[in-house]
Amino acid sequence: MPAIFVENLTKVFNGLRAVDGISFEVKEGELFGLLGPNGAGKTTTLNMLATLIRPTSGKAFVSGFDVLKEREKVRRSIGMVFQEPALDNYLTGRENLEFHGMMYGLSRKEAKGRVKEALKIVELEEFADKLVETYSGGMKRRLEIARALVHQPKVLFLDEPTLGLDAQTRRRIWNYIKKLNKERGVTIILTTHYMEEADFLADRVAIIDFGKIVALDTPENLKNILGGDVISIEVDNWQNAKKVFEKLTWVKKINHENGIFYLQVEKGEEKIPLLIKIDEKEAGFKIKSINLRKPTLEDVFLHFTGKTIREREASQKERFRERAKRHRR
Amino acid sequence: MEINFTAIYILWLREMKRFLRSWSRMVSMLMIPLFFLIFLGFGFKGAFFPGIGYTKDYLHFLVPGIIAMALVSTSMIAGLSVLWDREFGFLKEIMVAPVSRVSIIIGRIVGGITTSIIQAILILIISIGMGFSFLSFPSLLLAILIMVLISSGFIGLGLIFASIIRDIQGFGLIIQLIIMPLIFLSGAFFPLKNIPKFLKYLSYFNPLTYGVEGLRRLLIGFSFLPFWLDFIVLLSFSFLSIIFGSYLFEKSEI
Repeated sequence: MPAIFVENLTKVFNGLRAVDGISFEVKEGELFGLLGPNGAGKTTTLNMLATLIRPTSGKAFVSGFDVLKEREKVRRSIGMVFQEPALDNYLTGRENLEFHGMMYGLSRKEAKGRVKEALKIVELEEFADKLVETYSGGMKRRLEIARALVHQPKVLFLDEPTLGLDAQTRRRIWNYIKKLNKERGVTIILTTHYMEEADFLADRVAIIDFGKIVALDTPENLKNILGGDVISIEVDNWQNAKKVFEKLTWVKKINHENGIFYLQVEKGEEKIPLLIKIDEKEAGFKIKSINLRKPTLEDVFLHFTGKTIREREASQKERFRERAKRHRR
Repeated sequence: MEINFTAIYILWLREMKRFLRSWSRMVSMLMIPLFFLIFLGFGFKGAFFPGIGYTKDYLHFLVPGIIAMALVSTSMIAGLSVLWDREFGFLKEIMVAPVSRVSIIIGRIVGGITTSIIQAILILIISIGMGFSFLSFPSLLLAILIMVLISSGFIGLGLIFASIIRDIQGFGLIIQLIIMPLIFLSGAFFPLKNIPKFLKYLSYFNPLTYGVEGLRRLLIGFSFLPFWLDFIVLLSFSFLSIIFGSYLFEKSEI
């Protein structure tokens, strides 16, 4: 049984197809990423899986429970960290967590034990008895991750877990997420619009754009679709260089522009030494500079949608504004 | 829909902790009714109005009204505080928990009733310090029952408004446009006999009128309307508003 099974899931808001017939499966113990620009439908998808909003059509099962018919069972088996903090600022960190535990049916004693453990994982024991009001953004996010662990869910939903956090805190949270997934076997599904986050964390990534999944695979395979790494070489005599490069069997494709060659290869880091070994006199050209570029998920997104994620976010906003205008009329 | 008592207890406990930690909020909520009590109470001390009945003095006439006033504002705010939870995201945390919406609503209502009764009793204590005396302890206990009905009814009304306005911008407006007219039209400060006929009829549609009357009957032994009427109107008001408020809350998505 997959941890999550989604088929043709659709949500329409005011005539706008926020999520448009998506289907995917997440295996147990997998760390699954939903990557896409803001407004692509990632949060809506999570909210439907968490039973917070009802799908317009389609099916979804979490831990084998139907999100439409077995809402409480679904809720019991999931933990959720929302995009925006969902904490009570006038309670302490510990109280927030203990209340959560008891809402999920733990006894006070059980809750206390689990809370202690969860606070330890996110290294917040020291601040546990301070009001949440006094926490920084990063501390709040860590506290929320801890809270989602208190009832030991099988599946953990993380909605943009590092949004608005500084680089250092982001790293720290990434490590917690990895650890939870690897050491405790929690199935995690996270949404993000940070390429490097999806690349670093996810076992598999679904790229989502305008409510549709445009690609779904491991980050490695997605990047390989683009044909591997690109080595750019600047030379002093491009005619001679071209002859040499054309003879290299491991070069898949050659592009030439303004005296710079772009060689498409696999495992570029192993090919650079080979290029340097080429005998200058025999070949009749000198290498002036050499650079290796590995494709990122950003390139993959560009490949599938024809836009960078940032451009897409801008046009997404326009789309919403247009809609809002039309609705007002 | 099963009722989950732990969840109700947790939500009640949360309300208590927040209440006890924010003294400033409590003081500011009590400020307005206290101003009315102190200035009108002392200002009109010994004054006699037509229609005031055979109460000892104006202070005795006023105190049940002030208590009702405090109950209305604290209860409406307790119902409307759903808006704050929505604004600060905590509502999502509650909604995603595996407990029925009914339990969530009951928890909120019980919490709201407790805090507003505490505030009403504080007002009562202050007015006793000003020279107010109530009938007897048994009737005080009955009065507390009436306070619970008033409070639950207006918490329900708060829940209804919270579902309608959906953001905290509308909050101040509700307070201004709903609570103040309700209080003035309830006969809390003066006998309704003295206002124009049109307004007087309007006041019969105001559930708070029956609250004020009921409290007067039980605290000072005097009222214009029969007690059974007060009781029935309050009971049905609180029942209906809670049912309707819960229905709207139940239906709402985050």
